[in-house]
Amino acid sequence: MPDVLQHDVVIVGGGGAGLRAAIAAVEADPTLDVAIVSKVYPMRSHTVSAEGGAAGVIKAGDSLEEHIRDTISGSDWLADQDAVELFVREAPQELLRLEHWGCPWSREPDGTVAVRPFGGMGIERTWFAADKTGFHMLHTLFQTSLQHERVRRYDEWFATRLLLDDGRAVGVSAIELRSGQVRAVVGKAVILATGGFGRIFPFTTNAAIKTGDGLGLAFRAGVPLKDMEFVQYHPTGLPGTGILITEAARGEGGILVNRHGDRYLRHYNLGEPLDIRDPVHPRLRTMELGPRDRLSQAFMKEQDQGNVFDGPYGTYVHLDIRHLGERRVDQKIPFVRELATNYAGIDPVREPIPVRPVVHYMMGGIDTNLEAETALPGLYAAGECACVSINGANRLGSNSLPELLVFGARAGTGAARWAREHAPAPRAAVETQAADEQARIARDLINRRDGDERIATLRTEMQHAMEAGCGIYRTEATLQAAAAKVAELRERARRVQLDDHSLSFNTELTAALELDIMIEIAESVVHSALHRTESRGSHQRVDFPQRDDGRFLKHSLAYRTEGAPRVEYRDVAITRWPPAERVYGRAH
Amino acid sequence: MTSGATTTQTIGFEIARYLPGEDRAPTLRHYDVPYRPEWVVLDALNYLKDEVDGTLSFRWSCRMGVCGSCGAMVNGVPRLMCAAFLRDYLPGPIRVEPLANFPIERDLVIVLDDFMQKLRAVKPWIIPGDRPPPADAEYRQTPAQLADFKQYSMCINCLLCYSACPVYQHEEEFLGPAVLALAQRYDHDSRDRGNSQRHELTWSDEGIWDCTFVGECSAVCPKHVDPAGAIQQAKVESTMDWYRSVLWPFGRR
Ligand SMILES: Cc1cc2nc3c(=O)[nH]c(=O)nc-3n(C[C@H](O)[C@H](O)[C@H](O)COP(=O)(O)OP(=O)(O)OC[C@H]3O[C@@H](n4cnc5c(N)ncnc54)[C@H](O)[C@@H]3O)c2cc1C
Ligand code: FES
Repeated sequence: MPDVLQHDVVIVGGGGAGLRAAIAAVEADPTLDVAIVSKVYPMRSHTVSAEGGAAGVIKAGDSLEEHIRDTISGSDWLADQDAVELFVREAPQELLRLEHWGCPWSREPDGTVAVRPFGGMGIERTWFAADKTGFHMLHTLFQTSLQHERVRRYDEWFATRLLLDDGRAVGVSAIELRSGQVRAVVGKAVILATGGFGRIFPFTTNAAIKTGDGLGLAFRAGVPLKDMEFVQYHPTGLPGTGILITEAARGEGGILVNRHGDRYLRHYNLGEPLDIRDPVHPRLRTMELGPRDRLSQAFMKEQDQGNVFDGPYGTYVHLDIRHLGERRVDQKIPFVRELATNYAGIDPVREPIPVRPVVHYMMGGIDTNLEAETALPGLYAAGECACVSINGANRLGSNSLPELLVFGARAGTGAARWAREHAPAPRAAVETQAADEQARIARDLINRRDGDERIATLRTEMQHAMEAGCGIYRTEATLQAAAAKVAELRERARRVQLDDHSLSFNTELTAALELDIMIEIAESVVHSALHRTESRGSHQRVDFPQRDDGRFLKHSLAYRTEGAPRVEYRDVAITRWPPAERVYGRAH
Repeated sequence: MTSGATTTQTIGFEIARYLPGEDRAPTLRHYDVPYRPEWVVLDALNYLKDEVDGTLSFRWSCRMGVCGSCGAMVNGVPRLMCAAFLRDYLPGPIRVEPLANFPIERDLVIVLDDFMQKLRAVKPWIIPGDRPPPADAEYRQTPAQLADFKQYSMCINCLLCYSACPVYQHEEEFLGPAVLALAQRYDHDSRDRGNSQRHELTWSDEGIWDCTFVGECSAVCPKHVDPAGAIQQAKVESTMDWYRSVLWPFGRR
């Protein structure tokens, strides 16, 4: 029988959300015993890659109301307004806590934290640590967590399934990568903080580990996935690698130009360009500081008109930051220079950077309420894997880092409370489930010799089907094609053949488990997109170009079935901000 | 990754393979990989894992030099595989081995338990002491105060410096470059009052005084943290502190 490791709260994920949850749980109740299960060492988590910053109202002249309005209009009115209000109210204190824990935020001369402009935000409110904000936040959280002896870590353990008892979540089965053994990590409450799933697309800013595992765990346990059709393309990735050039480059004044030297965004209802020497440039909520969905869509239209460059790694436009000068670049966005120099072979102080839209962030995720609770008792979710929703149909840049703090903390506190009020699950129940899981993994993957499909082949086919059918612009026909392809891949994935039959650090095995989950999640994205016959935010249906509040001011909820997922709807929470047109480039 | 320019050229790789329980020691195995000028060593390894040999094991994640997962010896030098371009190793072959000075878990995967334990030992968190954080506001920290420790906060824990360190090679107790730089990062943070709690360990024989100042750590650091400089700075501070305690034994520091 697999080992059973008993704790009070089990957190899956050691990124920003998971670590924040762990600290919140032990602070809420220092007698609790908290486990973090993470498939990579926490400081390798994807939060490390976040560059630009984290939004929170702190400066005189800004207001909670403004941040709320920017977020709601950015979301194309699909965000739940009670959630946004709560998020905006709690974000500043969370960012301050990070400051107290040592995060090296960039500063003003008087020693207060500095803020920078960001896309879709009407006022400068994005805190930053140069252009390595996520890196510094993650290391600060990780190092701070080390002082809590009651946080026990399972580094490089890969969670494969939720363990259930009597209709509630009581732990996970996980593979200890070093030994290859499956074990049960058990608690009275479980928090999923496993991050996003950009890897279901071929061209993404997302790290290798962003395969949506937590969504798969929840989905398979009957929990719905919310708003899965909303996929954010970031307008400025490096062609070929998909490495992100942060929005902060535009926040500092960088401009986008097409192959005719035209600042093409002016043709897309994003306002008039100001001269780069104008002291007011870059103007907030205008041109380059419009929201990501609109900027990525503008690129596609330019591409259709033949106004973009053509290169060996696809089409692109230019992001020009030369006018900022070497000093400002090195001070404010040094990582942009490092990345462009290393990975695009150009020094952005002297040449414009080639960029194109790239899959970046998933608005959808595990359906949770304001307390980070899911429909399954004892199961919580926070961070990019969850959907509360504050992001609706389009997330504003720099809202995600504070989101994972605010809801990570809420999940931790809530799970601690739940753990105090509930008894542990009977050992026998979890042991049997973990043993079944161990047997399944051995039979279907490690010991199988009669498979005939290769992981990389299936993964590539899935990614290309998603890009072709479910990209920036979608139609019934492209989505149907993607749905058929993904269903076919789901069948073929049953016949995956590994080369590696050993137990020690078998990353081919984890890749197979990730693939299996990615295919299921991709299917939920495609079907949610098929059912939403309107255009809103990042979900653009060429065959239904209008937003349709009458029918679709609603969250989609995808439920797992034996066939294609079933899609249901729930009304968006509208409190004080009635739906209106999204206006950029002029007063709103 | 989307495939771009194609080529028929190939480049050779010699990759260390080791499976615990089966192999007694690591051996080099030869592979040929299509040559693409924009590829990094990590791309080549992923090509091999996807298309040729799924048993090849290595760590990676961000592919942009910031998660610290992908350190390895490339032609005998500790490097991030995602920042080592094939074009800089022509005509090959390229030898890839696990980071030196660490036990090997499998193939290119090293055991970093020792590092993780040392990282925690230096208390890398803010110890506010007699200066608790202001309520509902940030600590004031000027850009100059930030600059005093910022460089030491840039470490991605990739462990290249441990691989390059001749002292760590022979003395396992040595806290090592990254951990000592991290301690210095907190010691120099204006929000922190924990120096005395850290110095017991960092100023001991396993700490800064073990370092013979070879400077290899700073030479291989991909993020310009300069751990050798941090250690040197700490030595000066420790010496000053000693003089002060001798000259003003009853005085306050
Ligand atoms: C390049 C880039 C730049 C960005 N910049 C910004 C920015 O400037 N501002 C902003 O607000 N947002 C930004 N974002 C978005 C933001 O960084 C992410 O949404 C956020 O960091 C996600 O954090 P997380 O804690 O939810 O997940 P992650 O940090 O991705 O952590 C996931 C954790 O789950 C664990 N895990 C996953 N699956 C399993 C499993 N099966 N078993 C065990 N453990 C598992 C992993 O090991 C990891 O520890 C950026 C994103 C990208 C890609
Ligand atoms: S893969 Fe992250 S540092 Fe190389």
